[in-house]
Amino acid sequence: MDAVKGSSKAGALPLLLPAILFLVLLFLYPFAYGLYLSLTTAKGEPSLGNYLRFFGEARDFRTIWVTLQIAVPITLVNVGLAVPFAYYMRRGMRGERLITFFLIIPITLGTVLVSEGMLSFMGPKGWLNQLLLALHVVAEPYRFTHNYLGVVISLGLQGFPYAFLMLLGYVSGINPDLEKASQMLGANRWQTFWKILFPLMIPGIAISFCLNFVMAFSVFPSAVLLGQPSGPTRVISIAAYQWAFEKFNFNAASAISMVMAAIELLVISAVLVWRSRMYKGASMVGKG
Amino acid sequence: MKDFKTISVRGMTKRFGEKTAVNDFSLEFGKGEFVTFLGPSGCGKSTALNCITGLIPITSGEIWIDDECVDNTKTKIPPEKREFGMVFQNYALFPHLTVFENVAFGLRLRRVRKAELSRRVDTALRLVHLEGYAAKFPTQMSGGEQQRVAIARCIVLEPRLLLLDEPLSNLDAKLRVELRYEIKALHERLKVTTIYVTHDQTEALALSDRIVVLRSGRIQQVGTPSEVFSDPANLFVADFMGFKNVWTVRVKSLREIGGALEASLDAQGIPLTARMAWPEGDKRRTVLAEAFRTGAEMRTAVRPEDIVIAGAAGENRIACAATLVEYQGQASQVSATPRLAATSDDGSPLRLDLRTGSRIAEGGSFEVSVPGDKILLFPPTETAAEAAGWTP
Ligand SMILES: Nc1ncnc2c1ncn2[C@@H]1O[C@H](COP(=O)(O)OP(=O)(O)OP(=O)(O)O)[C@@H](O)[C@H]1O
Ligand SMILES: [Mg+2]
Repeated sequence: MDAVKGSSKAGALPLLLPAILFLVLLFLYPFAYGLYLSLTTAKGEPSLGNYLRFFGEARDFRTIWVTLQIAVPITLVNVGLAVPFAYYMRRGMRGERLITFFLIIPITLGTVLVSEGMLSFMGPKGWLNQLLLALHVVAEPYRFTHNYLGVVISLGLQGFPYAFLMLLGYVSGINPDLEKASQMLGANRWQTFWKILFPLMIPGIAISFCLNFVMAFSVFPSAVLLGQPSGPTRVISIAAYQWAFEKFNFNAASAISMVMAAIELLVISAVLVWRSRMYKGASMVGKG
Repeated sequence: MKDFKTISVRGMTKRFGEKTAVNDFSLEFGKGEFVTFLGPSGCGKSTALNCITGLIPITSGEIWIDDECVDNTKTKIPPEKREFGMVFQNYALFPHLTVFENVAFGLRLRRVRKAELSRRVDTALRLVHLEGYAAKFPTQMSGGEQQRVAIARCIVLEPRLLLLDEPLSNLDAKLRVELRYEIKALHERLKVTTIYVTHDQTEALALSDRIVVLRSGRIQQVGTPSEVFSDPANLFVADFMGFKNVWTVRVKSLREIGGALEASLDAQGIPLTARMAWPEGDKRRTVLAEAFRTGAEMRTAVRPEDIVIAGAAGENRIACAATLVEYQGQASQVSATPRLAATSDDGSPLRLDLRTGSRIAEGGSFEVSVPGDKILLFPPTETAAEAAGWTP
């Protein structure tokens, strides 16, 4: 018996090799190379200078704060909105396909097209402002673009569909009898949501929060196109870009990328710790 | 628990678009009664159950508990306020909660104090023989154990009505019998009014005070297990209760002997004599007399267990050849063709099924006897039966 098991394990390794190779080439190698670059000078001598410079220079260092200010609120909003929407649509509803279609559009169009669309739609002469002016909601065109708000709106348009579709898949996978059982035991809708559905959604919420956060934290095109890349929306990825392609210092740029990765990792770990605190049961949400 | 005497369901109907899943369902349950809904898959058992709980809104009809209106389509008590308990086929335990918390769920919603709560949970777990499982999660338990938790979770709240939807059908045969005994014992002990849904006639017969046989959303018969078993209301119920020998017959003569009605029948060329112990005034007598007068077709139904291998004596003797013998341990299930080689109107030969302890070889000839009082007679279809006012 054991011999058979052993040989099957040994047999699996060669089969896994292409996948491992792929991971190493595509993921680990660039990461390791980036780490190496960040810890050396342009001449290849080991040094912590790149990090010290980043943390020492307020102009660069504050990008962390700027980026977090953009990424955290919009991620919270995206996931926070996705939860009730996914909940209400968990059993399907009329027009679900249409809604899903409109949600997928921003994903398929890509950031740049969405940004351009927003620039003309929400710009000072765009439809939205003309409508608001006509309705006397505002006295002069409201600035939706080229500021913090512009970046946040674009991240919402891009991130919400991901969060929603992911959570929808998650909730509709929860055995509907659980809700009925909870109801039969005396729980109203609200209690059933908070005591049964929400806890069971937590793994999904955690994952979609992580993905959304990483997406928002590494924002680049919309921060450039819709924000003020020189100041209020000079996010961390812009700092890295400028070091790499304006000052041609790849070592410094790598250090910034490493800081980015570290922050993302930190947030993800925090979320996963929260998840394991909240969701102790076996993570099985089968249809029974 | 609010006390009550009867729960009555009146003319309950549920339509899904064109499809009528439950049709004019009327029934009264006495307190403490164990009632089973029995019927084949898709006959509307679950729908009827869910309509009673309120989880599915009814299209028309009313549900009352004594003089308290539970549902009349206009005003309804929501499911969570009906004080009914439900056990689901797939257990529906909350996977993120321990066994203790699953059972305590309803008590916590009712803000039961801590000391009383753990006392009641412990009692419930003991009732279903799950002491020591409190800290486990549902996924760490077997199907049988999970179903026990589901039952404990309901009875801990002392529901007015306990509803179980095929609670044993996901379990293996041995466990099914075991848990069936436990459900029975639990009912004897707690006397909680219970509706039990199953498609398994053995379960229904073993557990119930009364059985409700359903077909396509309509009640076919309501009766005690022995009534349903030995005096089925129509061919459908008979078929469901294991009367496998359904033969087309015509009535050749009718006479009264000693309070019973004796009919000479022609079953596709085979003569049979059947005796019906129908009392004077039974509507079935009129229907049969009418069939005799018009020469209309009837159907007989005989259980395989009631057909005996003929010795020297015995009425309704039929010589047959065995076509298929299925060994089943104590007895064998035998399919045979009568020698008289009668063919029915559609050309297929009459088939005779019997169960016997004697050894019969495949292809071998033998003679059977059908006791005349074990032959049931029915109009050819349930609709014909209904139209003729055929009621046992
Ligand atoms: N939500 C629904 N929409 C449309 N038709 C339905 C719905 N629920 C049930 N039905 C139909 O109603 C009929 C009765 O269904 P139900 O689930 O009550 O059967 P059942 O007797 O419980 O069968 P089973 O033994 O397979 O559980 C079926 O024909 C089913 O197709
Ligand atoms: Mg069912």
